[in-house]
Amino acid sequence: MSLLRNLGIWVLSGLQKLGRANLFLFHVVAGFPGLLLRFRLLIAQMYALGVLSILLIGVSGLFVGMVLGLQGYNVLTDFDAEQTLGVLVAASLVRELGPVVTALLFAGRAGSALTAEIGLMKATEQLSGMEMMAVDPFKRVVAPRFLAGLLSMPLLAALFSMVGVMGGYFVGVGLLGVDEGAFWGQMEAKIDFEEDIVNGVIKSVVFGLIVTWIAVFEGYDAIPTAEGVSRATTRSVVYSAFAVLGSDFVLTALMLRGDS
Amino acid sequence: MHSRLVEIWVGVFVAIGFLALFFLAMKVSNLGEISATRQGYRLIARFENAGNLKVRAPVSMAGVTIGRVTSIRFDKQTYEAVVEMHVDPRYDTLPEDTSASVLTAGLLGEQFIGLTPGAQDDYLKDGDEIELTQSALVLERLISKFLFNKAEGDGQKSGKAHEG
Repeated sequence: MSLLRNLGIWVLSGLQKLGRANLFLFHVVAGFPGLLLRFRLLIAQMYALGVLSILLIGVSGLFVGMVLGLQGYNVLTDFDAEQTLGVLVAASLVRELGPVVTALLFAGRAGSALTAEIGLMKATEQLSGMEMMAVDPFKRVVAPRFLAGLLSMPLLAALFSMVGVMGGYFVGVGLLGVDEGAFWGQMEAKIDFEEDIVNGVIKSVVFGLIVTWIAVFEGYDAIPTAEGVSRATTRSVVYSAFAVLGSDFVLTALMLRGDS
Repeated sequence: MHSRLVEIWVGVFVAIGFLALFFLAMKVSNLGEISATRQGYRLIARFENAGNLKVRAPVSMAGVTIGRVTSIRFDKQTYEAVVEMHVDPRYDTLPEDTSASVLTAGLLGEQFIGLTPGAQDDYLKDGDEIELTQSALVLERLISKFLFNKAEGDGQKSGKAHEG
């Protein structure tokens, strides 16, 4: 009996949390118009979330691309098809690895920071203090962070893919001697703008929404103690990873349905 | 605070992001059909069948890449594929009776143009056409030809057996 009750409690609290998260999202979106008046807040958050992630994303992208180049070359050379290395590297980066890995890194680098920051603001009652001064914390604190995350993610994912393709190029053409023209030519011939690039950008926008939404909401919803904030930070990264990988499967299934 | 610096950095970030998107669109995808490096002199070859040849495929002689395919189009008068290629100007001593064929790198590899030198003393110049060409090998056609010949051979054999 108590087992069933626990299950019920678990489901109900999960649903409650989902409801709170959705209401939270409406509040945040309602705060977007006010951002136009306080553009500087958005810029500051773009700096914290986007600019400071450039190095991490760039270096990771470079190495992922280089590894793809090495591994791909190893397999393709058995079939004398190493000239399709460019297609392999670019397709896997633009379609999957770019958006997904960037989202996971972004959740670790920026999402956890967002959760901790907002959670700590709540724990030290800064958010309540703002309300006392008739400053809406949604507009002042949450909305700029949310929008900045949403805008930064697609840009970072594009950066990741570009650097990755360059990494694959360095390894494939520079080190392993794949023909340069075939590398780019095959890539251009096989990678479609709408099917691959636009779909990749759509993915990265969706992941940006998921990651920042989870991060900001977990911070706002944290139990206002040191332990609560630490748990919220952990949950933020874990849930982000699950949500990104799960929604990636759904998005890919939806996108592939069109052409098969 | 260094708000000016922050603004500059955000500007740089957004610019880099859009630049990356632009790079992906133009360089990686088929959106930007940027002309391959149009250096060197232009040669034309007509093929009955260009197979899976792609623009920017290598043009090689003796296994060394000496140029690039720059365009492939269809001639509606002769029903042939017209392949235009640019050859590195360093290699300007290709005999006029050089022959071109569409070859495949390996069994599953990509197709490229292989040039075989001829023996004449005159050299190919910019805009010249390579007269001797050999089309791409179509695997299905090859197999069907082989099967057809084999069936024919078997038929003759069994016919003879009946006679004997």
